[in-house]
Amino acid sequence: MKWTMRKRKMKAFGKAVYRNKMAFTGAVILLLFILVAIFGPILIPFSTMDFGEVEDILNPPSKAHLLGTDDMGRDVLANLISGARISLIIGGVATFISMGIGTLIGICSGYFGKGIDNALMRFTDFFLVIPWLPLMMVLAAILGTSLLNIIFVIGITGWAGTARVVRSQTLSVRERPFVERAVSLGAGSGHIMARHILPNVFPLVFANTVLVAAVAIVSETTLSFLGLGDPSTASWGMMLHYAFESGSTSAGAYWYYLPPGICVVLVVLSFTLLGYAFDEILNPKLRKR
Amino acid sequence: MELLEVKNLRTYFDTQEGEYKAVDDASFSLNYGEALGLVGESGCGKTTCALSIAKLLPKEGRVKGGEIFLEGIDVVKLSDEKVREKRWKEVSIIFQGAMNALNPVMRVGDQIAEAIVLHENIKKEEALKRAGDLFELVEMPRERIKNYPHEFSGGMKQRAMIAMALALNPKLVIGDEPTTALDVMVQAQILNLLEKLRKELNMGLILITHDLSILSETCDKIAVMYAGKVVESGTVDDIFKHTSHPYTQRLIACFPNVGKDKEIPDEIKGTPPNMFNPPTGCSFHPRCHMAIEICKVKEPPAVSLGSSHCSFCHRAKEIFNG
Repeated sequence: MKWTMRKRKMKAFGKAVYRNKMAFTGAVILLLFILVAIFGPILIPFSTMDFGEVEDILNPPSKAHLLGTDDMGRDVLANLISGARISLIIGGVATFISMGIGTLIGICSGYFGKGIDNALMRFTDFFLVIPWLPLMMVLAAILGTSLLNIIFVIGITGWAGTARVVRSQTLSVRERPFVERAVSLGAGSGHIMARHILPNVFPLVFANTVLVAAVAIVSETTLSFLGLGDPSTASWGMMLHYAFESGSTSAGAYWYYLPPGICVVLVVLSFTLLGYAFDEILNPKLRKR
Repeated sequence: MELLEVKNLRTYFDTQEGEYKAVDDASFSLNYGEALGLVGESGCGKTTCALSIAKLLPKEGRVKGGEIFLEGIDVVKLSDEKVREKRWKEVSIIFQGAMNALNPVMRVGDQIAEAIVLHENIKKEEALKRAGDLFELVEMPRERIKNYPHEFSGGMKQRAMIAMALALNPKLVIGDEPTTALDVMVQAQILNLLEKLRKELNMGLILITHDLSILSETCDKIAVMYAGKVVESGTVDDIFKHTSHPYTQRLIACFPNVGKDKEIPDEIKGTPPNMFNPPTGCSFHPRCHMAIEICKVKEPPAVSLGSSHCSFCHRAKEIFNG
């Protein structure tokens, strides 16, 4: 009973996504990248560690190497596919951290109000106005370059917008009569925030997640491109970084620097499309009649 | 010992413009199994009275004076922690506008079980089973506990709210306009249900409404409120047959009568007084058709007109005797 209903709701949501052109395009692109990230390495005969001979360096696309080779003679397609995995993992985990912090701060701020609200929101404003790129660069440089650190840095710098949005929604949900009812039942603040407010602000959090994920992936690419990424992983940002370092841009090796750039753009585009579409689907006020 | 005794309750709100005297000297009492109707126009302090009893006043409000005895214990003096423990076990509320008092994203059964789990140390499954029993008590099929609020009609939501109010077998249930926004048929069903349950479970019921006709059907006692004060109280007969306060008279006259000729009843001229600065003497005198000089200067004393009947009017005896 419970599950059939869930299923029905998921089906309805799926149908809404299918009908919405933006959402459909976004979902298809994203799904493609997820599939590539999972199964890609099996299909490609090269690994990121296959360093080629001298004559393999910066070869244009050929039958053997569909996207050519890089400055160390590695297959660009293999790197690209492994990069999809890294970028999506970083995007996913960092977003999760961001959303967690943002939702927690937003709900606490909106629910408790007064002094706590003031303190938390000034803290949020601090993160909102501080230029995030220099902040991330400084943090990444201090903490050192590892995959976990990159995730951490992106996670703790990207939550401010979410906190703001969740707070404003909490302010409205808090005044609804069922919250008063829960208070009169003897429910504590924690219970009310977790059981009554969170489920009511969740659609908003969900729609926001997708947009934050896009930003997280761009951030990872930026940091890696600037040389603050994990040198042992082959993310798209690292590929761009090496392509730039090795001078392939001026050497005209377009097959080296274009694919990762296009991939980043496509993934970010898919997330953004999904984000706007979810907002439209989940927010009745934006729904077209 | 009476179930509830409210004595000279004064509840004020601290606002930027000053003290708002929402309830200013209200007294009434209620016994086990009895139903009391609180009636009066909007803003006369009915809901504030109820919230004071349940200690659910917003933070700007406070009980400035008077006592509220619930089974002999003065709830005004209880600590917040103690009240949180007792509330719902002893006093529960059927909220105004059941449509909004249910969380739209939680199953109705879960919300009822929530009330039980918060107070009793039992498992969720058991609480859900009890929620099912409660649904049967309010005459709804028990499998409906698995539904979400939007799958219920207005009357069903109200029934669910009643089930929730009864979850912990409270001794006193406060119904804050439990039937407003329901159509007359459903209204009658809900009122009959409440009356049946009150008698079966021997609990006290306070019914807050501005619909006098409801009170005459369901209540034992009525307290008429005006400007934060109880101006007349007594049994249903006392109030309807031996009306002894001009305000009650006019209030009853305001109700259209289905059987009579087409005629729009006289309203009470003027507006309710500004409670930041209530009028001197009797607070009803600026709108009263029977006001005399003394009404403007002297607050009317309680005039006893029988064992249960009491009116706060200088001319109460005159009106009582016709």
